Order: sequence, then C-alpha cells, then structure tokens
Amino acid sequence: MTTVHSAPIQTEPGKPAASVRVRGERRLGLYLTLPSYVVMLLVTAYPLGYALVLSLHNFRLTDPQGRSFVGLSNYVVILSDPIWWNDFATTLAITVVTVAAELLLGFWFAFVMLRIIRGRGPLRTAILIPYGIVTVVSAFIWRYAFAVDSGFVNQWLNISGFDWFGDRWSAIFVICLSEIWKTTPFISLLLLAGLVQVPEDIQEAAKVDGATAWQRLWKVILPNMKAAIMVALLFRTLDAWRIFDNPYVMTNGANNTETISFLAYRQNVTLVNLGMGSAVSVLLFLTVAVIAWIFIKVFKTDLSQVRGDQ
Amino acid sequence: MTSAKSGKWWTIGGIVIVLYSFFPLLWMASLAFKPPSDIVSGSPQFWPTTFTLENFAEIFSQTLFTRALINSLGIAILATTVSVIIAMFAAYAIARLEFRGKTVLLSLALGIAMFPQAALVGPLFDMWRGLGIYDTWVGLIIPYLTFALPLSIWTMSAFFRQIPWEMEHAAQVDGATRWQAFRKVIVPLAAPGVVTTAILTFFFCWNDFLFAISLTSTDSARTVPAALAFFQGASYFESPVPYIMAASVIVTIPVVILVLIFQRRIVAGLTSGAVKG
Repeated sequence: MTTVHSAPIQTEPGKPAASVRVRGERRLGLYLTLPSYVVMLLVTAYPLGYALVLSLHNFRLTDPQGRSFVGLSNYVVILSDPIWWNDFATTLAITVVTVAAELLLGFWFAFVMLRIIRGRGPLRTAILIPYGIVTVVSAFIWRYAFAVDSGFVNQWLNISGFDWFGDRWSAIFVICLSEIWKTTPFISLLLLAGLVQVPEDIQEAAKVDGATAWQRLWKVILPNMKAAIMVALLFRTLDAWRIFDNPYVMTNGANNTETISFLAYRQNVTLVNLGMGSAVSVLLFLTVAVIAWIFIKVFKTDLSQVRGDQ
Repeated sequence: MTSAKSGKWWTIGGIVIVLYSFFPLLWMASLAFKPPSDIVSGSPQFWPTTFTLENFAEIFSQTLFTRALINSLGIAILATTVSVIIAMFAAYAIARLEFRGKTVLLSLALGIAMFPQAALVGPLFDMWRGLGIYDTWVGLIIPYLTFALPLSIWTMSAFFRQIPWEMEHAAQVDGATRWQAFRKVIVPLAAPGVVTTAILTFFFCWNDFLFAISLTSTDSARTVPAALAFFQGASYFESPVPYIMAASVIVTIPVVILVLIFQRRIVAGLTSGAVKG
C-alpha cells in the first residue's frame, strides 16, 4: 500500500475533507482490529503473566491449600535437574536434524516443482497431503511401520526383533522421520515461492558467462532468495523446537525422548504441579524468545515481508 | 544436457515425490483394512492377507470415536468460522486503511505464531477449571482462535492487497456507504481469499493435539487426535492398531478432499504470507 486514493473525493465544503477521512479511517481501523487484539492477547499475555506468578510459588492442584511463595527456587530446581538438560538435548537434536534435512529435501522438492513440465498440478496436490495430514496420524503411521509387532520396516531391512523405540537415538530417528515427512512439503512451498522470485534473466546471463549449474545455485540463486530461506528456517526451527505430538504418540517420552514442550505438559497437566510446571513454561517461552532473537538480530532475518509492511 | 533429457529427470523426480507423499498413506490404509489377527501374526506383511471393513464398523460402533468425530468437526468448523470473520475485519483494515497500530497488530501476530503453546497448557488448565469451561467446546475454540488468527490475518491480508480497490471507490462515488461498498463490492471480490484462509485455518484446528488432550477429560469435548490415544482393542488381548488406523483414515478423508478441490488456492495461500504477492 503505497498510495492512498483520497484525491478525487472532495465533496464536503467547509471542512478539510482529508482530516475527517484520516480520523475516520483511524477509528475504523481500530474498531476492525480490536477483536483480533483481544483474542490474541487474552489467551497468551494473561496466561503467560499468570504462569510467571505461579512459577514463583509452590503450588500443586492436589494440594491447593499448600500454595506458598518460593521465589526463584523452582527455576533453580529445574535448571539443576538432569531431566531438563536431557529434554533440552533431545529437543535440540530433533530441531537440528529435522530442520537440516527438511531444508535439503525441501530445496530438491522446490526445484522439481519449478522445473517439472508435465503433471505440475498433480505433483502439488500430492505434496499437500503430508502437509494437511493430522500430526498425530502421521506419528501413528510411522510408529506402526517401525513397531516390532505390526511394522514392515524390520521385515524389509531383515532385522526382525529390533526395537526402534527401545533406544534413545533410534527412537529419536523415527520421531524425526515422521516430523520430516509431514513438514518438508510446507518448507518446499516456501522455498518454491522464493525460487520463482529469482529473476530468470540473471540465471541465463550466468549460464552464458559459463557458470556451471553448481555455481549458478551458490552464486546466483541462493543469494537472491536469502530472505525466503531465512524466513522458512526461522518458522521451521521454532516449530521443531516446540515438538510435542510425535514424541507423545511414539514413545510417550520413554528412553530420554522427552522434549521441552512435553516436560511442560507433563508437569502441568499430568502431575498438576502448576508451580514447577509454570516455571518450565516460562523457561520454554524464554528459549523460543532467544531463538527468535538470534534469527532476527544475529542472522538479520528480514520479517518485513512476512509482516506485510512495505 | 538437452532440455528434453533434463525434463525426463524432473518427471522422475516428480514421481519420487508423489511416492513419498502417498507411501505412508498406503501403509495407513493397509493397516486399516487388515484383520486384527494379521498384526500379531508374528510376520507382519505390508499388505493385508484379506481386506476387511470390520475395523471401520467397530470404531463407528464406539461412542469414543463417534463423539470425538462430532467434537472435531464442530469445534474445527466453529473456530474456523469465527477466526475467519475476526481476521476478515483485521485484514481489511490492514490492506485498506492507514492507522496507527497496523504494524503493532502484524508484529503481535508474528509473536503469537512463534509462541510455544505448551507454555500455556498449565495456566489455561487452571483458568479454564475456574471459569467452568474446562472440557467444553468453548474451552478448545478459544485457544484455537488465538493461534489460528495470525495465519488467518496474514493469508487474508495478502489476498486483500491484490483486490482492485478502485471499485470500492467507484461504488462510494455512486452513493454507497463505506459499509455497503465493503459488503456489496469487496466481499464478492474477496471470497477466494476468504475460502483459502478458511481451509488453512480448518487444517490448523483439525490438527491440534496439545490443547485437545490438555483441556479435555471426557468425550464431551475430546477431539479425534486426542481420542486416538485412548483406543483399546476389542478385547484386552487384541491390538488397537487397526482401529486407530481406521479412525486415522476417517480423519484424513476431509484433508484429502479439501486438497483435491482447492490445491491451487492452498499453495497460493501458504506462500502468500512469505513473499509479496
């Protein structure tokens, strides 16, 4: 929106039409966006503040009378507990592996979607299926594929009896597979959108100048779609960091496969230990804030396009 | 490399991607049509030995599933409808008006999209019990609205930016009020963007698991993703696997239908927020 079409209408004599318009516009703008503000803040800002307060208390729903102020001791307990650091490491491992794999695979998907001549429509339809599928369903599909009793994977790999979910890293591997399968289509569509923005003529010019396909990719295509890549990376990294559904369905957190979101859920909902759980919630929020900060300030991710400002 | 030759390679790449997308679905369908005895036979095959519809008959005879399906549909449709309406107003303002708070709103939406939802389940669990909306439709619809709104606002405002707004002015010059111009001229033009936004929002609500297991305790509001975790075999010794997969097939059907009909729109919608349209 660079132009505001206000010039042609000058009907009201006496009053300066522009200022009435501007004021009316401002008021209308506020009215129209007010419900969005309310709904978005109601369920995030207030509960987060409430969590902040609860995190400074010893408070279990099973013992509501025993609520007492304990200062930062919940945080001290969590940060000195190996469970937190275990969950942190699991979350970090899943995030790094899935985001890296999705980026590579997503790039390849994006190139295929860009260059393919026949069957472009059916290809995009196919790729949207994993995107749209319910995460829990994907988790069950992959869990049963690798399960000792119902799965075909052991049969096909000729390693019958191997329990994928009995070991931390093999379980995390299957969790990552499900996550990658479901979310690569999304990242590939974002990358495709960035890819089509790279001007065709500078690619041609590089080709004429004798650049190899590899050089064109690194010197021409990637630098020209840096913004799209960084935005895709930011969103996928935060999404992976918040992973919950896959570990819940596949391992229920067994064998050190619990993630930070899972820990927050378990403390708050399963154990109804709201004091300690809220401290986990606040820490989870802080880790997300730090990741977002790193992307925006350190990697200079340009979010103006996402926000839609000019 | 001739272009015909490279075209062939891209086609093969396309086939690989199609297999990638559908292979896990085949596995799901295979399990859903397997007799339960196939699963514990000790030498599981990819394909069923015999196809059976028993698993589907079984899940539809259980209120655990039928109630959950009704809850899922009802909650997702209601949350989507409300979210789209709220976002429609906001997106119109963003695309069309100059006012303070526009950037604030878009930044807030960005913040909400990054927000770790698991950080909220504790406080919401406690608050909802206090308010008496724990384990109700409303209790799930409210957080779905909150977290679907950023997606709705971005997608819709990206579409709204492409609308020829001069037509609104033409209508206003012809004597229509701002509201009439919005309703009679802009709404029909905006319909494609609204439909796309609704589909993406519906997928989001349909997919949720975290809130669904945290804020429900009975089948009065439990949705299908949450209910899947509660499935049992027909008897204690029987595996729940084919029932869970049959239920999974059912919840995947709406997704496949929407993708088949609206493929173009969904792709446009997903990418519109990330790049300037």
